[in-house]
Amino acid sequence: MESTTPEANKRPAMDPHAKTFAKILFAGLLFGAGLAISGMTNPAKVIGFLNLAGGAWDPSLAFVMAGALLVFALGTRFLPQLPRGQSDPISKGLVIGAALFGIGWGLVGFCPGPALANLARLGQVNDSLWFVPAMAVGMILVQRCFDLDR
Amino acid sequence: MDLLHPDHLRALLGGALIGAGSLLAFSTTRKVPGISGVLGRVLRPQKGDTAWRITMLLGIIAGAGVMFALSTEAASYQSSSSPTQLVLAGLLVGFGTRLGGGCTSGHGICGIGRGLWDSVVATLVFMGVAMLTVWLCHHGVHHTGG
Repeated sequence: MESTTPEANKRPAMDPHAKTFAKILFAGLLFGAGLAISGMTNPAKVIGFLNLAGGAWDPSLAFVMAGALLVFALGTRFLPQLPRGQSDPISKGLVIGAALFGIGWGLVGFCPGPALANLARLGQVNDSLWFVPAMAVGMILVQRCFDLDR
Repeated sequence: MDLLHPDHLRALLGGALIGAGSLLAFSTTRKVPGISGVLGRVLRPQKGDTAWRITMLLGIIAGAGVMFALSTEAASYQSSSSPTQLVLAGLLVGFGTRLGGGCTSGHGICGIGRGLWDSVVATLVFMGVAMLTVWLCHHGVHHTGG
């Protein structure tokens, strides 16, 4: 997806106008609201989807992905200036990384977005206090051990 | 299955908002706003590239917080994970998403949304492994005396 060559590790600086930050803040607000509305900030709903043999299968996550993909795919199609990007080769890192992520996700029903969003309800729900710092440590380990700025 | 069940429509709408937020961030920064990457690169800050990421993360927290306040349905929460499980899972998710180059938003939405084959593969892998993990935790582990 994004290049991992050393030259590309220097990420281009973004034009720091206030209007740009307002748009990004709004993008985050939309994203976070979407996570909450869709129920993805509730790990029981996520596990309900991942639990195929449970008897009360919850297809919600599939609808969330469908809604998100519809908007994003159509958007990138009709906004030609957006970088389409290139598929990276299917590397060991990609597959092993995805598998490790899958294990963690399946264990507690959190992926990065919902875990961060749940920081909004510290005091009522404190699971993110355990998960998010550990997630940060895991990320730092990859960056320090492998020097792989993906 | 009732396609038009309120739960499903709510999920669809929430998903559309997630897609819209991702699209807006992508269009504004020209960088893929997969959340594992947005956070990951804050942890390895570079001048001119960090402030927007922090802004987006704060926006996500605020947007969710507003919905939690406005909707009891959105605010519902059920989890039985212990702190140990949460720490272990967090380590795996952090390590795995950076090694694999993305998460449900990075690969699942932004990657597949642009038709990228590596994201399709990554998504199939993490979905499949997650489902297997859930099966093993709920059905594969036989409790003694149970």
